[in-house]
Amino acid sequence: MHENRTVSVTVNGRRYERSVPPRELLSDFLRHSLGLTGTHVGCEHGVCGACTVLLDGEAVRSCLIFAVQADRRSVETVEGLASGENLDPLQAAFKEHHALQCGFCTPGILMSMKAFLRESPNPSEAEIRDAVSGHLCRCTGYQNIVDAVASAAKNVAAAAGREE
Amino acid sequence: METRYFGRGMRRNEDRRLLTGKALFVDDVQLPGMLHVAFKRSDVAHGYLRGVDVSAARERPGVVAVYTAEDLGEYWQPGPLLLPPPPIPGTVFHPRTQVPLAKGKVRHVGEPIAVIVAESRYIAEDAADDIWPDIDSLPAVIGLEEALLPGTVKVHDDLESNLAASVRQGKGDYAAARQEADLLLERRFYYDHGIAASMENRGVVASWDDRAQQLEIWDTTQAPIAIRNGLAGMLGLAESQVRVVAPFIGGGFGPKIMMFYPEEVLLPWISMRLGKPVKWIEDRAENFVATTHERDQIHWAEIALRRDGKLIGIRDKFIHDAGAYNPYGLTVPINSQCTLLGPYDVPNYDSRFEVVYTNKTLVTPYRGAGRQHGVFVMERLLDLGGRALGIDPVEMRRRNFLQPEDFPHNHGLIYQDFSELVYDSGNYEPALDKAVAMIGWRQFKEEKQPRARAEGKSLGIGLVSYVEGTGIGPYEGARVTVEPTGTVSVATGIGTQGQGHYTVFAQVVAEQLGIDPTKITVVTGDTKVFHWGAGTFASRGAVVAGNACHAAAVKVRGKILKMAADRLEAAEEDLELVGGKVQVRGVPAKSLDLGQLAREANPMRGAVTPGTEPGLEATCYFGPEYGTTASGVHAMVVELDRETFDVKILKYVVVHDCGTVINPLVLEGQIVGGVAQGIGNAFYEKIVYDSEGQLLTGSFADYLLPTAAEVPRIETDHVVTPSPLNPLGIKGAGEAGAIPVGPLFAQAVEDALGVGGPEILEIPLSPHRLWELTAAEEAAEEVR
Repeated sequence: MHENRTVSVTVNGRRYERSVPPRELLSDFLRHSLGLTGTHVGCEHGVCGACTVLLDGEAVRSCLIFAVQADRRSVETVEGLASGENLDPLQAAFKEHHALQCGFCTPGILMSMKAFLRESPNPSEAEIRDAVSGHLCRCTGYQNIVDAVASAAKNVAAAAGREE
Repeated sequence: METRYFGRGMRRNEDRRLLTGKALFVDDVQLPGMLHVAFKRSDVAHGYLRGVDVSAARERPGVVAVYTAEDLGEYWQPGPLLLPPPPIPGTVFHPRTQVPLAKGKVRHVGEPIAVIVAESRYIAEDAADDIWPDIDSLPAVIGLEEALLPGTVKVHDDLESNLAASVRQGKGDYAAARQEADLLLERRFYYDHGIAASMENRGVVASWDDRAQQLEIWDTTQAPIAIRNGLAGMLGLAESQVRVVAPFIGGGFGPKIMMFYPEEVLLPWISMRLGKPVKWIEDRAENFVATTHERDQIHWAEIALRRDGKLIGIRDKFIHDAGAYNPYGLTVPINSQCTLLGPYDVPNYDSRFEVVYTNKTLVTPYRGAGRQHGVFVMERLLDLGGRALGIDPVEMRRRNFLQPEDFPHNHGLIYQDFSELVYDSGNYEPALDKAVAMIGWRQFKEEKQPRARAEGKSLGIGLVSYVEGTGIGPYEGARVTVEPTGTVSVATGIGTQGQGHYTVFAQVVAEQLGIDPTKITVVTGDTKVFHWGAGTFASRGAVVAGNACHAAAVKVRGKILKMAADRLEAAEEDLELVGGKVQVRGVPAKSLDLGQLAREANPMRGAVTPGTEPGLEATCYFGPEYGTTASGVHAMVVELDRETFDVKILKYVVVHDCGTVINPLVLEGQIVGGVAQGIGNAFYEKIVYDSEGQLLTGSFADYLLPTAAEVPRIETDHVVTPSPLNPLGIKGAGEAGAIPVGPLFAQAVEDALGVGGPEILEIPLSPHRLWELTAAEEAAEEVR
C-alpha cells in the first residue's frame, strides 16, 4: 500500500488540504473527505456523467480521476452554483422546466452544462442534445433538460444584454 | 375566492434541495465511527459451494470482520415469500426465495457468498479479492425452453424440475369459438425486458444504538415500512425499535421494492453485532448482477378473427423466466396474462403459462412489470391479423374497443392484486381519434410515405393502444397537521423516487386548506414520522396515498370550519379558506389565521370539550376496492436507414387517460420518462447471458441506455375519464409511458420495411437484429 499524499485543492473557492491515499477517486474525496455529497456517483466507469465536476473550468468525470490529480487545482461542484438563496440561471431553468425527477443525475448535468454554456452561449437544440448526450438520465426522457438548457442560455444572454 | 391548486402545473417543492446538492441520498449519510461493507459474490452461475476460505481476508489490515453463511447461525433464513399465488384453481406453485449468503449452492452470478466489514470501502473490496470460494461448477440453466427439458440440471435440487409455477386462466370457450373464425393466425413471440438501471444504485446504512436500543436504517427502498416490519421480526425487535428512512431515492422503477435483498438483511445484523454503524453502497458492476431484473418471456399465441376484424378470441401459452428465486410469486406473469387483453372486447381467452427457474439474477417487477409482454403479443396479433384481412391498424383497434357502456367490465380473470380483473371505467375511442390526428395518420399514408418511398427513403408509422391496471390496494395513510406557525405538514408512508410527491400531495392538501402548496411540507418514507402503509409500486402513489392525503385534509378542513364558525359567529357554510386564513366569505376583515387556530386547538389550560381531539390534525387511510384502469394510445413515425438499419424516431405522440390530473407538468414528466425507458427496451437495451450464465452486458458500455441523442421530443395529450373508485377520480400514471413502446416500434419498423419485409415478432430490436431478420426473410423469399 502506498503512503498517503497531501493534496491541496480549491473547491468552490475554498482551499482544502487533506492527506489522501493515492488511489482515492476525486469523487470519493469530494463526497466523503470533504462532505460535499452533492456530487453523485452513478457508474464509476465514466459513462453516466452523474459525478461530473469542473476541474480548472473544464467538465470532468470525478470518478475517473484521482484526488491527487486535483492537487493545486480548482474544482467547482454543484454546491458552488447558487449564490446564497439565488439559484444559478441553469438551476432556475431546471426547476421551471421540470428538468429533473429523482434528481440523482442532475448535479452532473448542471456542471456539464455550466461549462457548455460558457463555450457555446447561444446553442441550437441539436448542439444542446449533443452536449446532454454525455449524461444518462433514467427519469425525464431528456426533453425538459434540453428545454431548460436552452432557456438558461437565453436568460443569461438577456441578463448580459441588460448589463451592457 | 378559494384558489384552485389541484390540477395546476406547479413547479416542484423538492427541486431546490435537489438542484443545490442538499438533498439527502442514502450514500450521503455519514455517521461517526462508520464501517464499510463489501460483498464477495459468486463468479459462477451454478455450482456446489464446498467451502469459503476467508482467512486471508480476515488478516488484511483494516478488515474488522468477515462473515459467511455459517457465521449467521439461526439468522440465516431464506427470504419471505412476498406474495403467495392468487387463488386461481389448478395453480401449481413451487416458491424458492433468496438467501442472505449462499450456503451449499450458488445459483446465479452475483449471489453473495461472504460479507466483509472494513475501515474503508477500498479495503473491504481488497479483502473480497482475498476470499476463495470452493465451487464445483454445474451446467447453467439459461434457455427458457431448455429449462424444462427432461434431464436438464435443476436449479433447486429439492424440486422435481425447474418448473416454478404453472397457471391457466381464461374466459369463454376458445376451443369452440375458434371454429367460427374466418382467420386463425399463430406466431411465436419473444419479448425481453431489460433492467431498471436507476441512476442511483442500491445502498443500506444501519446503525444500532445499544443504549437507546434503537436501530436506524437508511435504505434505497420503495417500501420503508415493510422493510421496517420485516427486519424487526427477523431481528427479534419491536417494530417501534426500528426506524427505516428512505430519503431521496435516485430512481426506483420496481427493483427497489424487492424485499428482502441480502444486503438489507445483513447490514442491520452486522451493526447490532459490532455495535457500529455500517454502510454498503452498491456499485454499478454489482447492480447489473445483484439488483433484480425483468427479462424474457416466450409466447406461442393464436388470434381468432372474423372477416371484419372483430376479435373472437386469443389462445396464449408462454414461458416466464423467474431467475434463480421467485420471492415476488406470480406478479409479473399474471400481469402479462391479464394485460394482454388490453382495451379490447375479447369474448374468448385461453391463457396458460409456466414459470421456470434459471441460473440468472432474479426477476421482479420493473416499470410495467410484465404488462409490456402481454401488450406486445396482443398488439402484434392485431397488426398481423389486420394485415391478413386488409384492415389497417387504426381500424383494427377501433373495431375491437370496449365501449363506454361496457364499464365496469369484468374479464372474469384474477389479477395480481387477487381481485377480479375489472376495468372500472374508460373511453377509448376519443384517445384513438386524438392520436390519429396528432400523428397525421392519413396524410402520412396517402402523401408522406409514398413520397418518401419515391425518394428512396423508408418511413414507417405505427399506432398501438393499451391499458394499465393501476392504483391497487391494500391501502395507504396520511396525516395532515396545521402547525402553530400556520404552515402545514403532511406525512405519508409512501416513499418518493422522483415522482414529485412533495408537490402533488401538497397540492391535494392545499386544495382543501386554501394554503399555498409551497408552504406545505411533505414527509414521505420515514417510519418514525408515519408507519402505516405498503409502498410505492404499481402506479399507486397518487391514487392511494393521494386519496389518503385528501381524506385527511378534508377532515382537518372540517375541524377548522367548526372552530372558526364558533369564533367568528358564522355558519360553517359561510366560511372559506383562503391564503392561510379562514374567513367569512368575501369579508377578509372577519378572518382567523390558521396558525392561531392551531395554537388555540392545543390549549395549555382550560377544558377541552369531551369527544374532541386536540390540534388541527387528522390521520386518514384510503384503500380501493380494486385497482383502477388507465389507458392510452401511442403513435410514432420512424425513418429506417436501409444501409445501416438504424431507426430514427421522427415523431412520437401519446394520448393518455389517467383520470383526474393533479399536476399536468409532473404527469407529462412521468409519461415522457416512461416512453424513454420503453425506447431503450425496444431498440437499445439487451441483457445477454452466455451459455455458462455469465452476464456479457455488465456495464453501461455494453448495456446501452438511450441518451438525449436517441430519445425524440414526445408530444402528449390527455383524455380524462375519472375513476369512480376514489373521491379524486385519479388513475395511476407511473408505468404507462413504458408499456406499449415495444409493439409500437415493431409495427412502425415493419411498416418502414414494407411489403416483403420480415414480421417483427421480438423485442428488443437493434440495427444488427433488423439486418439479420431482413436477410433471413430475403433468403426465405428466394427459396420460395
